[in-house]
Order: sequence, then C-alpha cells, then structure tokens
Amino acid sequence: SKFIPHLYCPGTTSEQAGKSSSCQGCPNQKMCASGATKAPDPAIAEIGVKLSTVAHKILVLSGKGGVGKSTFSAHLAHALASDSTKEVALLDVDICGPSIPRIMGLEGEQVSCGLYVDDNLAVMSIGFLLSSPDDAVIWRGPKKNGMIKQFLRDVDWGELDYLIVDTPPGTSDEHLSIVQYLSSTHVDGAVIITTPQEVSLQDVRKEIRFCQKVKLPIIGVVENMSGFVCPKCKNTSQIFPPTSGGAERMCADLNLPLLGKIPLDPRIARSCDEGRSFLNVVPDSPAAKVYQSIVQSERLQRIHTQHTHTQTCPVPICPPLSSYCEFR
Amino acid sequence: VCAASTPHFIDLTQVRHVVLVLSGKGGVGKSTITTELALALRHAGKRVGILDVDLCGPSIPRMLSVGRPDVHQCDSGWVPVYTDAQKSLALMSIGFLLEDPDEAVVWRGPKKTAMISQFVSDVAWGELDVLLVDTPPGTSDEHLAVLENLKKHRVDGAVLVTTPQAVSTGDVRREITFCKKTGVRILGIIENMSGFACPHCSECSNIFSKGGGEELAKLTGSVFLGSVPLDPLLGSSIEQGKDFIESFPDSATFSAINSISQTLLESLQT
Ligand SMILES: Nc1ncnc2c1ncn2[C@@H]1O[C@H](COP(=O)(O)OP(=O)(O)OP(=O)(O)O)[C@@H](O)[C@H]1O
Ligand SMILES: [Mg+2]
Ligand SMILES: [Zn+2]
Ligand SMILES: [Zn+2]
Repeated sequence: SKFIPHLYCPGTTSEQAGKSSSCQGCPNQKMCASGATKAPDPAIAEIGVKLSTVAHKILVLSGKGGVGKSTFSAHLAHALASDSTKEVALLDVDICGPSIPRIMGLEGEQVSCGLYVDDNLAVMSIGFLLSSPDDAVIWRGPKKNGMIKQFLRDVDWGELDYLIVDTPPGTSDEHLSIVQYLSSTHVDGAVIITTPQEVSLQDVRKEIRFCQKVKLPIIGVVENMSGFVCPKCKNTSQIFPPTSGGAERMCADLNLPLLGKIPLDPRIARSCDEGRSFLNVVPDSPAAKVYQSIVQSERLQRIHTQHTHTQTCPVPICPPLSSYCEFR
Repeated sequence: VCAASTPHFIDLTQVRHVVLVLSGKGGVGKSTITTELALALRHAGKRVGILDVDLCGPSIPRMLSVGRPDVHQCDSGWVPVYTDAQKSLALMSIGFLLEDPDEAVVWRGPKKTAMISQFVSDVAWGELDVLLVDTPPGTSDEHLAVLENLKKHRVDGAVLVTTPQAVSTGDVRREITFCKKTGVRILGIIENMSGFACPHCSECSNIFSKGGGEELAKLTGSVFLGSVPLDPLLGSSIEQGKDFIESFPDSATFSAINSISQTLLESLQT
C-alpha cells in the first residue's frame, strides 16, 4: 500500500539506473537510462585540485532544523582560530537561510570573495551576495547546487588548516552536492548536532543514515540545548526533554561518540544576534566550557594529527548533478 | 473543479480554507504550531486537515501519535488518516510512505517536486473547514511545488512562525519576501518559544530573547497573531503525541494557542 513507486532509487551510476521498476515515474528516468549520469561532473576534479591546500575539512550536519548547527559551526571556527598559527575558514552552504553572516557579525556586508573576521578566520556565505538581508533566495535545487560548486571551485581558499562547512537541515540537494563536490578530496568527517528530544533525534537518525550511505565518517555527535539552569534559583529544567534517552542513548545504540552536551544559555542566543563569539563574551560559562572541551576532545584532536585518506564516494543517488540543465 | 482528463486532479473542492505554515528558519516550531492549531480548531468544532510535506523530516505523525498507518486508496484518491472517530482531524504525511522511519530520504529538488505534486493532488480530503500545510524550513523546491499545486485550487495565505531572536526573524524576513514574490497573502506572524517561566521559582527567562516576532510584524506591516511561551509541558506533550489542549486547558500556553486560532479563523472568514 505504499503508493509512491519510485521511492527507492537504484542509484544513478548503477547498471539498473533508469531501468528498474522503481524508476517508473521518476523525473530523472530518461536521463538515467541514457547513461549520461554515469559520467562524473568535471568540477569534482577541479575542486579536488583547488582544495588540495586545505588540510582538514569538517562538515556540520543535522537532520533537524534550529538545533544550533550554525551556532556550533561559528564557535568551532572561533575556537580553532584562537590558535593564531592556524588558518581557518567557515563556509555556509545554507543557501535559503544563511545565518552565518549575522552570527559572525558580518550582516549587510557585500562581497563575492569571502570576508575576514580575523587575520586567520575567513567566512563565505550566500548572504554576502544578497543586496539586502530581506532578499529571499527562492531557488530550486539545481541552482543551489551551482552556487555550492562556485563556492568550492571559484573562491580563493588559499592555504588552510581547517575548512568548516555549515549546512541547512535535511538530506537534500545541498548535502548531496557538498559531499559529491568534495568527493575527490579528503574530508575528515561530519559533526552531527541534535537537541535532546525524540522529535529531533528521529530526524538526526536519518542524517546518520545519510552519512553512512555516502560513506562520510562521523566525527561525533553534539547534544545542544541540553537542560536550562535558571539564573535565579539555579535549578535545571529540561526544556527539550530527552524522552527517549537523548543523544546519549542514540549514540550508545548506534555506536557513535558523544562529543558533549551544551546547555541552553540565553547568552548564546544574544551573542549570536550581536555577532559576537560567545566564547569571548562569557568564557567562564558552563556552555563555553563545554564548547572548549569539545574542541579539545580526543576525537577532534585526532583530526589534527591523523590524515586518513578515506575518500567519500560520489553518491549514487538520484537525480545527479548533471540534471542541472534538464531541470532548470 | 475536477479535471478528469488529467491523471492528477485536486480534490480540494470541499476544502474551505487552505493555510500554509511557513518559516525560513528550522526548528522554530512550525510542526508544533500546526499540530496545536489543528487541535484548537478541532476543539472549536471545525473539521481540520493537515498536509505534511516535509520530506526529509516529517514530524506530524509522531506529534499526533498516529503511528505508521497504511494508507488506502478510494475512487477519489488517497484516504487521509483520521485521528479520531468523528473524523474531525485528518492527516496526510509524506512520512506514511516510507518503509523505514529511520531511512533518509535523499532526493534532489526535481524529484521532490514531482513527488509533492503527486502527493498534494491525490488526497481525498472530503469536507474540511481548514487545511493546514506544514512545510520544511526554507524557500525552495518543496515550497514552490506546494504552491504551484495548491494555487490551482486556492491558498488563503500563510502563517509565519518565528522564534524571538534576530537570527530567526532574519530568516522570516526572507520568507516574507518569498510570500510577496509568490503572491501569497500573509495571514500573520506567530512568535514561538517566547519566554520561559521557571517551574521552580517562576522567574521568566527569555531564552531566545523576546519580542522579535511582534517587532517584525510591526516593521513589515503584518498582523501579529500572538506569542506562544516556551513550555516544557507543551514539548513533552508533543513528544508523546498527546492532545495538549485537552491535558492543560487552564495553562497560559493553551490560552495563547486558542486565541491565535480564533484570530486566524476570523481573518479567514473576512
Ligand atoms: N512553545 C514551545 N514550548 C516548548 N517546546 C516547544 C515549543 N515549540 C516547539 N517546541 C519543541 O521544539 C522542537 C522543534 O519544534 P518543531 O519540530 O515543531 O519545529 P519545526 O519548525 O517544525 O522544525 P523543522 O524545521 O525541523 O521542521 C520540538 O521538539 C517541539 O516539541
Ligand atoms: Mg517540522
Ligand atoms: Zn531514479
Ligand atoms: Zn528558577
């Protein structure tokens, strides 16, 4: 009784592409059947060359919206860049809802080549290409993919120790594109962000499945907005109750490392609104300490020293990038 | 109007009002607000439907505790799932189509568009006072596909959900631009998660700051429908798929939701 026939795609590069019964009705069927989808996009190799001067690449992902991906990405970038010998860049591939410009204190800036927040911390976001913060980017997938390709291939990233990539929620075009376009370079892996409640975990499990499908290593999971300490009476309230055991239980079930639990702190939201690093504003707060401990954690530290050249596989999921023209 | 000549006809002829629930930002409570508005409208005696088009993260089935039902087909299309014997609350979610709830739906835009067109067109809603459409965050394929298909019938307008902080209202400003560009009337703005009353000492903390939604409404000349506090009881009720409106009829959160639903209803009838 499941009524959508082409729910399961054999993969655009598979022998069955466009020919299996599950391809019936898929908008991409013709192209898959023609064999055109088996050829890789030449940009993938170009990006591989371009990013060969970037030592480490970390993606920040979550299936659920509003769990704090951008906040985490920004603070991870700040924390890594606090070592002045490191070059760090933050790339925002949330095309329809870029919040990195505001969080990094760069809202309203207009450039096409990336911006420096500090000598050793650069930022790129579609927000810098818009003429006003009210501009809506009403783009379908193929156009978003083209933008991500440009970010990776045409921005002059230079020598970098870290490239942190902030993503939108979900498992769609932006995610497929970033993984595909990075497939000829080394990606250290993904940090997955969640909040404690099941409504969020149910989406995050999907994101983990996605990582497994595309062979993207998972560095670890961060539980955000985990408990709120009342500033007056100091009691903790579970605003987003971990009814199914929270990230802890999910990590145990899926055998993933839990990197830390960041409490809800109204000062984080305020710092982000003001475009300041929470780590500088209130360095002694419990939340700042958890951030620091995550950055110092053995899992993240190992990235500095290790260079396992596990490449992510070019994702055989439908429709592929080459459908750019057909569906524009 | 049934176009019998085309394979996809839209059975929305008996649906009085169609309202989209939008937000540029994720996790601000679109699905929660959709669920609670539907329950509030039902308690007010209305027939309500929810169409959940969040392909990558459908939340409504869990929030309404309907589990993973099989959906069936009748002559006029796919039969939605009813949450009650009176059939006053109908739900159709893309989540019902997935074999495995943990499976990631990894689709690019064109496939999502095709899927949503099929999905939106083929549900046999029957008679409804209000159909609420829960969407994923953003302004992309899903939103355009839903609009294209629903506009053939009617779309009364959109309710925009935001949390109070500027990072979120910034995204909603972009959503307002989206509505203007696509010609969707903005029925109003709801501020969610505004203020948290400590259950131990009742001190109110503005975890995600406060007032951003109302300010945004003023700034853009939109109607402010009201604010819903950050309420752990609402959160856990949503987690367990319980009817919050039935469990906590005396709460401030209930009265907030109820007054929003009344204001919305009035604006639909004018
Ligand atoms: N007023 C509130 N008080 C307490 N918890 C809330 C409130 N509103 C929403 N929540 C909780 O916040 C979480 C996110 O809400 P929800 O899933 O409705 O957001 P969404 O905007 O639909 O997210 P997405 O963009 O991922 O679809 C849920 O766990 C929900 O229970
Ligand atoms: Mg939702
Ligand atoms: Zn296919
Ligand atoms: Zn207190």
